Amino acid sequence: MWRYYVALALRSSARSKALTALVIALLAFGVSACMVSYAVFRATTSDPLPGKSSRLYAVQIDNVGPSYTWHGEPPDMLSYTDAVALWQAHKADRQTLLYPASWQVESDDPTIPAMPMSGDAVTADFFPMFDVPFRFGASWSANEDAQHANVVVISRRLNEKLFGGQNSVGHEIRLDGKAFRVAGVLDDWNPRPRFFDIGELSRDQAFDNVGDIYIPFTRATDMQKNSRYANCPTATGETDTSNWGAYLHGECGRIGAWVGLATPADAERYREYLRNYAKEQQRLGRFAWPPNVRLNSLMDWLAYLNIAPKASSFSMLISGSFLLIVMVNVVGLMLARFMRRAPEIGIRRALGASRADIYQQFLIEGAAIGFTGGLLGLALTLLGLWGIGRLFEPKIARLVHVDAPLVLLTLLLAVIATVVSALYPTWRAAQTRPAWQIKINH
Amino acid sequence: MVLTRTFMQLRPIITALRRHKVATLLIVLQVALTLAVASNALLIVATRIVHLSRPTSTDEAHLFVIRNGWKLGQNAAQINANIAADLDTLRHVAGVRDAFSSQGFPLAGYSANIIARLKLEPDQKTHAQLITFYAADEHAIDTLGLTLVSGRNFRPDEIAAIGPSDKMSPPGIIVTRSLADKLFPDGSALGKTVYLPDGPTAIFGIIASLQGPLKNSGAVDGYTALVPARYLDPAGIEYLVRTDSTAMKPVIAATLKALQERSDARIIDQKQDVVTMAQVRKHAYASDHSVAMLMSIVCGLLLLATAGGIVGLSSFWVGQRRRQIGIRRSLGATSGDILRYFHAENFLIVSGGVALGALLAFLANLGLMQLYELPRIPLYAPLLGALVLWLLGQLAVWGPARSAARVPPVVAIRTE
Repeated sequence: MWRYYVALALRSSARSKALTALVIALLAFGVSACMVSYAVFRATTSDPLPGKSSRLYAVQIDNVGPSYTWHGEPPDMLSYTDAVALWQAHKADRQTLLYPASWQVESDDPTIPAMPMSGDAVTADFFPMFDVPFRFGASWSANEDAQHANVVVISRRLNEKLFGGQNSVGHEIRLDGKAFRVAGVLDDWNPRPRFFDIGELSRDQAFDNVGDIYIPFTRATDMQKNSRYANCPTATGETDTSNWGAYLHGECGRIGAWVGLATPADAERYREYLRNYAKEQQRLGRFAWPPNVRLNSLMDWLAYLNIAPKASSFSMLISGSFLLIVMVNVVGLMLARFMRRAPEIGIRRALGASRADIYQQFLIEGAAIGFTGGLLGLALTLLGLWGIGRLFEPKIARLVHVDAPLVLLTLLLAVIATVVSALYPTWRAAQTRPAWQIKINH
Repeated sequence: MVLTRTFMQLRPIITALRRHKVATLLIVLQVALTLAVASNALLIVATRIVHLSRPTSTDEAHLFVIRNGWKLGQNAAQINANIAADLDTLRHVAGVRDAFSSQGFPLAGYSANIIARLKLEPDQKTHAQLITFYAADEHAIDTLGLTLVSGRNFRPDEIAAIGPSDKMSPPGIIVTRSLADKLFPDGSALGKTVYLPDGPTAIFGIIASLQGPLKNSGAVDGYTALVPARYLDPAGIEYLVRTDSTAMKPVIAATLKALQERSDARIIDQKQDVVTMAQVRKHAYASDHSVAMLMSIVCGLLLLATAGGIVGLSSFWVGQRRRQIGIRRSLGATSGDILRYFHAENFLIVSGGVALGALLAFLANLGLMQLYELPRIPLYAPLLGALVLWLLGQLAVWGPARSAARVPPVVAIRTE
């Protein structure tokens, strides 16, 4: 039966070409605007570690007090004192401390000039926790963390530059003039967003490339490497790093801490531990305020930091409204289209078609038009995504891609939007009384 | 005359619309939603454009920046000597008008050592004034292309070399007009003493305006100071260079070559570490630019869709009412009457939509103000939108109305 209905739809479309074309074009534009926005939104809010992110948590401890917090939320970064205390307590399955920094890198090859390179000071758990892939070698050991060892893990890119892509494990490179042994070379790894140290960077760096160098946190601290940014609760907001010992044990927030916890119950226990830790600090007189701690899972942490570009959620909102307006429009046009065919409906009803048949006919007609609109919308979506580089920064535009779900969703959205818009016109069409129509026309 | 004839038609129009409640309501709703969405989207566009067209007050077309990193193992004295020699070299490159060294530049974004607090009294208890500052020397004003409105420039002997652990206590600073007026609302800033965290300093001069290094600086926007200092940061320093002509490429190449020939104590990545102010501006406002573009495109599509909808429904109506039109024509209505009828009808419907839409626009604005940093919508925005929609409606109905006006009176007595 539906084939007959599609044929009927085609015939009626041929009779009112302009109206049909208008509906299809409107749908195509509405749907493609939504899909382009959605593709960008999806890319900027995607889970960097699917399947694992719900078991990774970022820690916040308020070490500055109500006069320096923002809306009562603890600072994004931990002080050295708190970070090391958590690490030494070892209350989680896995845990890492980290902060971003940069180094001057030299190799034994004199033809390669010294170059400044960025990366992170991390602990050994960093690599297994975040599923960081190795090309050669492996992470350093927890023991080497404790020994403040001169070991380094470098990116594949840096390995290409310094060693021509050969297995360089065991070779030495110099960071800020100090010799480090290469423990491992990473494979391609560039999580988007750059979730792990975005709390220690500025928000607009969330989609920047990750660094090329990873050395033990303990060793970087010995090197008096400061974090890229530090948040110090002083009246001047300035940081004086000339007295390193005093700076290190001051209240400047600059370190990120992640813990891996297998179950929600574990997370609750860890939260309790954090509260007790803060209570203890309050008792010792270091904190003059009640415990104010947070333990956010990875995706909650990214949502809290609000790293998705505003443009992407804005455009979701606006293109959603656009589709809504298009749908109102389509309701009107479908109404015109179906009412125009009152005589046809009257005859079909007089020949024995039930109301349900009419419903079926016009909803199938709606779906067919929607599908056509969806196909055109898909073409427009592809065109829009092709030109996305003109609208968004390259680092965002690069993330946006087309895949099967996106294609299916485009068609589905178009069909659903049209069928929903056709509901009321169809109902009106089904109300047509058989005899009356025949009488009026003949 | 035309107006009265149009007004005479109002009653039949309203009667006719009553018989097409749903179709009328649909157009009203569509116009209302369009007005609500478009006026808020255009408000976003406007705020972004205002944001991204803030002037840095520098001669951007002739400025470029070199991020000069230092190789390891140089002490403060060596770095100081290097900077002095570098600047001398830069200023003698053909095509270079002037140059100076600093720890930041306009729109560079946040970095350490660009924010300070100024107090009016050494033991002031109230909140000190937050400012951003640039390390500068006597060439800074000329290099940036600033206007000194009163007071004087720095003298070469006032430029202090500041190592990583040194305090910043300059004899005097140069501030922007807006900062001077903020500190001393009576306009007496010049020559007054103010207090930096590390000690007192005098206001030597006042410049018309200068944007700080922050991109989204909100509270410190325009509160900028020049501090006579040369930063001996072992990591590196930034050279700001003003060229004579806007064709900067050859000058950039020549400066890099001259620097490298003078000494290889530096690390400069030619791709990343040399940027023109035009590139800096483009990069800093990339996201504002994309929001503005996106919103404009969607607004354009929105208006097109609304116009399309009006054309579609109006031509359907015209088709439905051919008989009535024929009867009216045979009873003496001119084709002009018919034309005006449809224009008046459209005006009425769009007016209904505009009234509802203005309300929706304000409600949506309230919601958006909570979600994003959006200003309150100004009253004239929906009015402007209404004007656009009225115009759009009239344009859209023009085609269908003309075809209605062409319906001959004979239709009234013809059966199809």
